[in-house]
Formats: sequence, C-alpha cells, structure tokens
Amino acid sequence: MVLVAEPKQVVAPGELLAEGDHLLGDNAYKIGTQIFSACIGILEVDGNRVFVVPLKGGYFPRAGDLVGGRIVDIGLSGWSVDIRAPYEAMLPASETPGPRGPRRRDLSSSFDVGDMVLAEVLDFDRTRDPLLTAKGPGLGKISTGRVVEISAAKIPRLIGRKGSMISMLKNETRCQITVGQNGVVLVWGKSPEDERVAVEAIYMVEREAHTRGLTDRIREMISKSRMVEQVAGTQTA
Amino acid sequence: MNKLPEPKQPEKLIDEKGLRIDGRRLDQLRPLKLEVGLLDKADGSAYIEQGKNKILVAVYGPREAHPKHIAMPERAVIRCRYHMAPFSVDERKSPAPSRREMELSKVIRESLEPVVLTDLYPRTTIDVFIEVLQSDGGSRCAGITAASLALADAGIPMKELVAACAVGKIQGKMALDLSDAEDKYGDADLPVALVPNMGLVTLLQMDGNLTTAEFEQGLSMAMEACKTIHSMQRETLKKKYATIKDAVEEREEPEIVA
Repeated sequence: MVLVAEPKQVVAPGELLAEGDHLLGDNAYKIGTQIFSACIGILEVDGNRVFVVPLKGGYFPRAGDLVGGRIVDIGLSGWSVDIRAPYEAMLPASETPGPRGPRRRDLSSSFDVGDMVLAEVLDFDRTRDPLLTAKGPGLGKISTGRVVEISAAKIPRLIGRKGSMISMLKNETRCQITVGQNGVVLVWGKSPEDERVAVEAIYMVEREAHTRGLTDRIREMISKSRMVEQVAGTQTA
Repeated sequence: MNKLPEPKQPEKLIDEKGLRIDGRRLDQLRPLKLEVGLLDKADGSAYIEQGKNKILVAVYGPREAHPKHIAMPERAVIRCRYHMAPFSVDERKSPAPSRREMELSKVIRESLEPVVLTDLYPRTTIDVFIEVLQSDGGSRCAGITAASLALADAGIPMKELVAACAVGKIQGKMALDLSDAEDKYGDADLPVALVPNMGLVTLLQMDGNLTTAEFEQGLSMAMEACKTIHSMQRETLKKKYATIKDAVEEREEPEIVA
C-alpha cells in the first residue's frame, strides 16, 4: 500500500496515484493493483480511498440534486429545461406547485421560455432524460436576486468541507446564497453592493479552487471591498 | 497572377555530417510547443506547434447528440473533424473536406477512442475539431497530440493522454519526426500514436517500403519520442493550474514569514 503521488496535488489523466490495496474512488481507475487518475484534478485521500476531484468538466445529473435551469420549450404537459447537462430535463406540470389536474391551456403563465427555475432532480437513470420537480420549499421560478453561473466542477469547493466556504460567504457578504449542483448559484442581498461582493467572491472561488488558504483569502477580499465602499460612502456623504 | 515557385527538391536530405536539412540529427524531434485552454467558447482546447506545424484543437462535450439518431444507448459517440485551412499549405487548399481529410478524421478518432471513458456518458457526443493553420508534415500526429490534450482540458474522463509522432526513411536511413520536404522526397513514412502507460499503439500507418529491421528500429524510435512528447503534454496540462496557484499563493508568503 503505497501512495505514489502527493495528496492535494494537481494530477493529469493516466498519472499513477497509488499502488496496493487502496479503495478506488471517483475519477480514477485500476489496472491490477495500480490506481491511475482518469481526469485533470486534485488527488484526495480519505482513509484508504483514493479519488480525484476534477478541476474541469460539466454537470452530470444525479437524483436529489438541486439545480438551476432555464426553460427552453413548453410542451403539452410540461416544460423542457436546460440544466447545463448533456441531457435536456423535463419538468412535468404535475410537479409544479398549484392545483392538480390538467392545466393544458396555459402552461406559459407559470413558466415561460427563458425563465429561470430552481428545481430538484427527481429521477435520472442514464437511459432516460432527467425528471425535475419544482414542488418544495424555495423551488420554482427565480424572479429576484442574481444568477451566477460557474463551472459545475467547482461547486464542491464553493460549498467547502462541511459547508465551511458557503457559510463563511453567507455571513461575510450578508447575502442569501443558494447553490445548484449544476453550477447555477443564486444570490439575494439587501443591497446591490452586497450582491456585487458576493458574486465577485464566487467567481474568485471558481478561479482559484485548487489553491491553498482560499477561505482566508476570500474573507480578506470581502473585508477589503467593504472598506473601499465605506470610504466611498463617507466621501459622497 | 504570379504563382509561387514550387519548393525545390533539396539535393540531399542528409548532409556529410549526418545532419538533416533543418540541422537536426536523425533521432531529434522538431521544436515542440504546447498550450491548453486558449479558447473561451470551447469546453476544452489546445494548441500545438511542432516545427512549422500550427494546429488548434477545440473540444465540445459531452453534449446532447444532434442529429439524435447518431446517439448510442450505452456510450458517448466521438466525432472528429481534421481540417486544413485554405492558407495552411503552399497552394490554396479548397476548404471543402477532401478524401485525405476524411481519412485522417477517421484514424484520429480511432486513435483517441480507446482512452476516453465513453461509457460514462451514454446518448451524448464529444466533438473534436482539429484545425490545421499551417502544415509541415506529420500533422496527423501533431493533431492527435493536441486533441488528447484538449480532451483532458475539457475535463472529459480518460485513461491516459495519447502522444503521437512519425518516423520515416530518408536516403536509406531511419529518421524521427519528418518535416514536409523529408516526407515528400523521402522513402517512407510511419506515423505512430502511443498510450505510454498501457503500451497501447492506437495509430500505425505506413507509406512507402521498409524492411522488417527498419520497421522495428523506426517503431522503437517513434515510441521513445512519444514518451518524450507525453511528458511534455502532462506538464502543459498541469502548468495551467500551477500558474494560478503560484500567483495567488505567493501573495500569502510574506505574511507567513512575518
């Protein structure tokens, strides 16, 4: 049981990660007793399990994921939604809040083409396209706040270990932030300045996801831009 | 309109000192430059300069398959287009896909397919566009080298990067990485694509005649060269992230010291 590469390091596809009786995790593959990386990412080791956190890549749906999507088409009994995945998702009218039963006449009064919705992946099994639901607290049409789209591969970093990054962001920016697993992030703040700082911080996480000490650097960035704002505020006053 | 003079056939491909027309030894690669992630609109991209070759590769996907009937129920379909720009060669090349380009698109696709984990993305396509901006012999190999980098840059799961390089026979001697003139006036050309870790050859073509001994010598030369190219590919891919890492973590340093 030998770890060949350093944990937390950037690894390329085909790079030898470990030899021996390690457990195989995500984005890695095994030939004999050797484990290799299957993508460009950061090597992580959790106990005996070796896996790679990708630095790039699109969103692949999983049941239970919270996602933000854009309505692209209205059908007879539901909507087609672009959730930034290789598959177009379906949101049936029966999975939206409101009275049950057929509402064929006026689906566009709920969601129209181009609207953003927050939804949950109800079901997806690779043979059929993902099925969404907009029933649930906070789900449905997005009509306020700001939508930030980042790479889905950077979402785990934006949330952080046990949610450390996202809770820090919420506290420091005084914004409400909802993170969709597909890279769509929603930001609601009390003032446009708060929202601007939050959006900037989210982009910074995306850019520097693979670096060390990121949480501290972001906290510093936020407090700096706050100071700048205060100075500007006093000058205009 | 004046036509450009045809490039003259060099008198000798190898001089008395054993050097080639561009001054290389027989076992020497042309200068190689690699870059990744230069296109914003593509999911992954790469650029290669090998000698006078200049090739840009863009990768899209995995994405929804269009037209729908090409989609496979159990795996992703890889589509590949090798295309030479009209200005990439001495005389204007028609931009329409030629017989040669279609063949190269096919062999390049087949050289990449074994490494990409296509079964992870059923019913989708992965599109690879290889655009030759300037051509100088061995462009299919340079195309493969760059295409596998672009696939990795797109974050597409793959077993390994594919490296490719050609060898050939000029004036009866085996020489590595033929240039345009050496390819045209030489005796044989043998492009090879290799997956180094697995020892898998994914492209092997031959144009001209070689003896068994020459073939074996050539193949081992090409495989050695592929390994060199492969380590450069890896370095290039990692460098993109190392640069950002160094830039932001350096700012930290003084504080830790103080």
